[in-house]
This record gives sequence, C-alpha cells and structure tokens, in this order.
Amino acid sequence: MTAVSDPSQLSDLVAEATDTRVNLDFESEGMTLNMGPQHPATHGTLRIVAKLDGEQVISAEPICGYMHRGYEKIVEVRTYPQVNALINRIDWLGSFANEVPFILAAEKLMGVEAPPRAQWIRTILFEMSRVANISLFLGDFGLQLGGMTAGFYAFRDREHVLNMIESATGGRFHPNFDRIGGLKDDLPKGWIADSHVAMDKLLAFCDEMEDLLVGNEIFQSRTRGIGVIPADIALNYGLSGANLRASGVDWDLRRDGCPPGLVYDQADWKVWTHPDGDCFARTWVRLQETREAAKIVKQLLDTIPAGPVMAKVPRIIKVPEGEAYVATENPLGEMGYYIASKGDLVPFRVKIRSASFNNISIVPWVARGAYVPDLISILGSLYFILGDIDR
Amino acid sequence: MTPLLASFDPPYWLSTVIKVLVVGAVVPTTALILGVVFLFKIMSWMQSRLGPQEAGPRGLLQLLADGVKFIQKEDIAPNGADLWVFKAAPLVVLSSTLLLYVALPASAHLVVEDLDVGVFYVLAISSLSVIGVLMAGWASANKYSLMGALRAAGQLIAYELPMVLAVMGVVIQAGTLSLNGIVFAQNGGAVFGWTGIGNPYILTQFIGFFIFIAAVQAELTQPPFDMPVAESEIVSGYQVEYTGFRFLIFFLAEFATAFVFAGIAAIMFLGGWAVPWLEASSDWYYVLGPAVLFAKVMLVSFIIFWVRFTYPRLREDQLQSFAWKFLIPLALVNIVATAVLKVVF
Amino acid sequence: MPQVPGLIKGLGVTFGEMVKTLKSGPQTTRYPHEREEPTARARGVIALHEENCTSCMLCARECPDWCIFIEAHKYVAPPRREGGKPRQKNELDRFDIDYSLCMYCGICVEVCPFDALFWTPEHEYSEIRIADLLHDKSRLAQWMETVPEFEAYEAGSEAKLKKVPKD
Repeated sequence: MTAVSDPSQLSDLVAEATDTRVNLDFESEGMTLNMGPQHPATHGTLRIVAKLDGEQVISAEPICGYMHRGYEKIVEVRTYPQVNALINRIDWLGSFANEVPFILAAEKLMGVEAPPRAQWIRTILFEMSRVANISLFLGDFGLQLGGMTAGFYAFRDREHVLNMIESATGGRFHPNFDRIGGLKDDLPKGWIADSHVAMDKLLAFCDEMEDLLVGNEIFQSRTRGIGVIPADIALNYGLSGANLRASGVDWDLRRDGCPPGLVYDQADWKVWTHPDGDCFARTWVRLQETREAAKIVKQLLDTIPAGPVMAKVPRIIKVPEGEAYVATENPLGEMGYYIASKGDLVPFRVKIRSASFNNISIVPWVARGAYVPDLISILGSLYFILGDIDR
Repeated sequence: MTPLLASFDPPYWLSTVIKVLVVGAVVPTTALILGVVFLFKIMSWMQSRLGPQEAGPRGLLQLLADGVKFIQKEDIAPNGADLWVFKAAPLVVLSSTLLLYVALPASAHLVVEDLDVGVFYVLAISSLSVIGVLMAGWASANKYSLMGALRAAGQLIAYELPMVLAVMGVVIQAGTLSLNGIVFAQNGGAVFGWTGIGNPYILTQFIGFFIFIAAVQAELTQPPFDMPVAESEIVSGYQVEYTGFRFLIFFLAEFATAFVFAGIAAIMFLGGWAVPWLEASSDWYYVLGPAVLFAKVMLVSFIIFWVRFTYPRLREDQLQSFAWKFLIPLALVNIVATAVLKVVF
Repeated sequence: MPQVPGLIKGLGVTFGEMVKTLKSGPQTTRYPHEREEPTARARGVIALHEENCTSCMLCARECPDWCIFIEAHKYVAPPRREGGKPRQKNELDRFDIDYSLCMYCGICVEVCPFDALFWTPEHEYSEIRIADLLHDKSRLAQWMETVPEFEAYEAGSEAKLKKVPKD
C-alpha cells in the first residue's frame, strides 16, 4: 500500500522493500537476515545484512550511518571551545578520551604546552575514561552472550569511576574539561584519596569478572577459536587498539608514538598482547588493559606535581594557520584529529579518524562461515560504539 | 491414610469440574509465586539491586500488576501471520502444562489423578509443548521467530532423551512408575540399613539428578540453554511477535512448567511430599504434604534459576553435542550401574 | 590441588552477591524515596546573579546551542555622590535559558567575565510541558540559593578559590 502509482517508482520501492523488510518468499538458497538498526546485539544503530544458509553466515555486510550527526561539517562553524564540548559525544562511554587528541592537535598548532600538573591530570582522566569504557565492555559482552548478571556488575562498579570524574569535572558522561593550554579547573580536595579507593574497587571488579565470566567454561567455548583474525589481516584492515593487540601485534600508541602532552613515560606499565586473535583473546586483552589502566592511575595519582593547571593562552582562541594531526590510543582504538586551520576562530576542516569505523570494516571478512551466534560473539568482541563509527 | 471426605462421593461430572478448577487455579498461582520469588527477588539480589518495590508491599504484587497490564493490551498479529496457527500456538503450550499438573501429587490423595504410569505420562505430555513452539515460530511470519523455532525443535527433542534416561535409574530403584509409589519407596527405604532419613534417591542417583536438572533447564529454554529465546540475538525467538494476553500465556506456561518439573525432580530424587521421620501413610500429610513439596520445589527451583542467572548461553551445536555426546552416554552408564547394583545388593 | 572449575566459581560469585545484598543492602538508591547527593561541581542547572551581569552577550554568543536569550537596555542612574556625573547602567529586561536546548557544556559559565553565572547541582526540575523548561530571569535568580560554595583545591594547586556572591 503505497502512495506512489508510477510503475517504475513502484518497482524501485518493491526492490528496496525486499532488501530492507523481512522477506516472506520462500528463499530456497539461503535467507537474508537483517540484524537491523534496532537490535540488542549491535551497540546502537548498526545494521548488518547477513545472508544465511541455515545458521551459517555466507556474507555479512555492515551498513552504518544511522547515527550520522555531521560532526565534520558542524565543527566548521563552531569555535574551538564549542567543538570541545561537542566532540565529547563521539565515543560517549570514554568521553574525556575524545577531547584529548583534539586539544593536543590544537596545542601543536598554537605552539602551547600545558603545564606539568595539567599533563598529569589529563593522563589520569584519560586512563580513567579508559577504565570506564572497557569495564562496560566486559559486562556488555557477557550480556550479549546471555550472562545478564555480568552487565549489572559492570554498571554498578563503573559508577565509582563516573563519580570521580563528576567530582572533578562536573559531568559524569561529558566532562568537557580539557582546554587548549591545560584544564578547566584544578582537582577538589580529597580527590586523590577517593580516586585510589575507586581504582581499588575497579581492580576487585576485574577479578570478579574473571571469576564470573572470563573463566567460565561456557564463555570460553563461545569465544575460543571464534573470529580468528591473523595479524597481517588485522593490520591491512586498519584495526587498532585491543583488537590489534589480541592478534599478537605489539603496538600501543601510548608507548610507541605518544604525543607531547601526555605523561605515560612517568608510570611503569606494560602492553598486553595475546597470540590467538580470537574473541577470547580480545576479551582477555581488554581485561588486562583495564587492570593496567587502573594501576597507571594509581601510580600517577601519587606523583602529581604542584603548579598551575593552565598555561598563558589568550581569552579568545584563534589558532594560527597550519595543519596538524595527532592520534592517541583511545579506549576503542586509535583516534586522531586532523585540524586544518586558516587562522580563524573556527577550524577550517577537522577530519576525525575514529577507531570503530575501521574496526568494523573487518566484519565481512571475519563473518564468513561463522554461525549466527558466533556473529554475535564477533561483533561483541570487536567492541565498537556507534557514535564512533558514524560521528 | 483415610481418603479425604470418604462419605462425599461426587458424580463423575462434578469431580471433573472440581479437578479442572483446581488445576486452573493452581497453575497461575505457582507461576506467580515462582516468578515473584525467583525472577524478581532472587535475581535482583544476585545483581545488587532490590527489584520492583512499588506494586504491593515490597513489590510482591508486581506480577499481578503485570498480568493486568498484559490482559488489557491490544490484540495484534503480524500482517503475514497464519492467524489460526498463530493464535493456537500459546494454547498448545499451555495445554501441555495444564496436563502435567494432573499427575503431580501433593500428598497420597491430594492428586488430581493418581496414575499408575505417572512417570511415563509426565515425560510423554511434556513433549507436547514442542509442537506449540514450532507453531509459534512458523506462524509469526518473522525470520527471527523461524530461527528460534528451528533451534527449539532440535533442542527440545534432543533433551527429552536425557530426561527419560535419567529418570530410569529412579524407576529401577523404586520398582514402580507411579509417582506416589516412588514417594512411598523413598520414605520407607533405608540407607545401608539405617532408616533415619529414608532413602532419597539423590544419594544414589546423584548422576541422574544432575542430568535431570540439566535436561529440565534445556526443556524450559533457560540459560545456558536458551538459544531458542536468545534475548540478545534473536530477541525472544519464537515469542517475539506475541504481545499482551498471548505472551502472558507463554510466560505462565514457562514458569508453571518450571514449577512442575521441579516438583517431579523433588518427588523422584528428594523424597517428594513425605518427610523421612513420618510415615507416608500418616494423616498429617493432608496438610504437611503440600508444604513439604513446596519447600523442596523451591530448593530445586533455586538451583535451576541460580544457574540461569549466572551462565552465558551455549551455542546451538554445542548444546546438541552436550546432550548427545555427554548427557546420554552418562545416563546410559547410570542405568547400567543402577541395574547391576540393584541386583547385587 | 586441582583448580575449581570456572562454572563453580561463577556460581559462587552470584551467590556471594546475593548474600551481600541481603546483608548490607543493594547498590541502588530507591529514588524518589532516597536521594543521592551529587558532587558540588555537578552540572545541574545554571543560576544567574543579576547584579554582576552587564549584558555583554558573551554567554549568548558562545553558547553552542544558542539557548540563552538576553535583552537589556541602558538607563541613566543618578550619580553616586553629590556633584558627580550621572552614570549609565545596564538593566536586564530578559535573561532566559532554554533548558530543553542546553547541553550543559558550561561554556557560558566559563566565558562570563563578570562571574554572573554559577553552576548548581540541582537537577530535579523536569516539567510536563517543554515550554516550562525555559527558565526566566526570576527563576534563574532563585537557583542562586542552591549554589554551593566552591570547594577547596587539592594540595599542590595554585588555583585561586573563587567566592559565590551572596546578596
């Protein structure tokens, strides 16, 4: 029942409808299953069009864009502080992490360096957002595989980190705390002691997740050997973050290409890799990364230098002409901002290289021959956030 | 044990009406109790929260409020659905549950129909629900439902076998297929000559108990065997197109079946409605029987739901290989061992 | 000693959690019967201290959503002392913040050169009609009562502690 009567338009509509709607015809060669934009297993509005043969996937194509908000266009007409407030919402779970590469790129163009105290606190909040983001992954992956209790534990223990971020920045989810030249404000009294307590609770949470989920034989049978991505394929498809490290590639931007402005060399930490490259490896690497991030935070908390938190920058920020690209190791992978400026109040062009967009490009390759439940495991273990894919 | 109301001999039609009313009242009540206690309270406590608190005192009437909500919903069916089959499917599932309650004894005479082949009847009737699930999945005109129904077909049929074989050990030991007969055998039995706790078959049939509980978990499509209703993949599988009253029927059927299977497990392995220090033919059991059975059902249900809330779900082929390659051989070994030991001792 | 299988450990975790919830209460707060106090810096709602405002329009201009509406006029006030010059003063006619648009970024509070805007952790101001989410001048002034004092800073900080004006 359409409002269109033109026959050619009608046939176009029918073709589109059979593509998007549930198909009732008797398909003798496989079934097209639309894991549509609304589905509990895709973290948000991702659509996977899967051709199935029984329960086995013949081909799976991710179709993104349902959450496109036009970031790269809108930041062409927003000043730098306004852009900072907006980009919090790209990867909304680890939101402070989105601001950092942008601010570092702008600082590079302006030739400003944040004072040491600001760099310390910036790194601490960056690692805290990593802990908040990946602890949710552990619970969420359990939810997708059917262990609903894990999800509740993740949300419960994540609150500790969010409370710490809120008491310093004012916002649980969208801190908007990083500024060109430093930070908005200094830490309130008692924050360091409370953060130590919060990080200890997160370490206990990681142990609990290991007992409840990662060590569970059913979980292991669902994730070991599923979705194996060899190292060279991972590099070719542009995977980054824990996905890459789980395939055995020892690459971490915090150690191998850390931009000036973050102080990872001041803490003693290690990069975790796993040789297998399957879903279990990705989960395991993220579990260890959460623990490592909590330990980094604890080490840095004890060594914050005294001093100002803001360098001398003019009130009205006009970034001089030039181009700069800064990429950091965000919780989801490698996130980078390429700022091209013409000396205005607003950037001329900002290209956002987000990790999840590249991470899901491997879905067609890795989903061939997998079962539908395995597709869920694979999507869950790749861990993307829709805001990060679509921007 | 004197039959209840021996002087009251109702005509056949009246006794049938009474029995129908009793089953019709008991089924929603048990589903409600199980739902409130386990789905709302125990699950919430395991997840560091309190569960519903507003409806009724401490939220205990939440399911009643949910029931009212379901009843007043609009009656919709998908566009391409096969209407007759679509509407009949929940009733088929519910009918198998109602028929199961016919054989469940709460006491020597508090049973709707004391069948001599109670065990056989229960195991046979529980297979009826598979038809309802398949009907629901096919008639919903939805690919997710179809996938759920196909998974259910394989799973529910596969797990019938371990259930039957696990029960065989108990039947061999008791020597009777009648459910009341099994209770009497456990009550009057002895462990190495000591009659202190009777002879609950869980002591000797612990393998059978484990297999039975796993098979029950799978028959109820609960995690870790809930592929047909995998919530985060195929979003309720064969139930996805059902709303309102029809979904309420599915829900009731699931929880009432959980109660009756836990009841069967309690009867066969834990001694049923009898306590070991009181002889099974005593008259106290008119009051004590239901209470004891209820307590044992709660215990078995706790195990079932505890496992449900903790584990992720198995994939369909892993599920099947667990049944065919592990549970069935184990059950066969159990039967052989039981038979040999029964003859030897 | 053989390792306890993960299946049993998982059961132990959930059982222990159940016992903990029964003994020491859940991790949830029974809103609205119990309330959680947000931190002092929490961005709940913005309060306006009208005396400090000179209607420079910086907040309205910098707001990414353009949710601040300001109208003001100048008037001539009598001189402060005898024989002095008459002074020009600003009078705010309208200062509205539309909280249905506001994204709580804090840019307006930060750029105000005269410290006329303050954050408060008050967050319970939901309305049934969206139009009621437009807070006018008087309502914004009422929020000033809920503005907490600025917290002291951690050791090693060189930031100056600001004061909340009380009138």
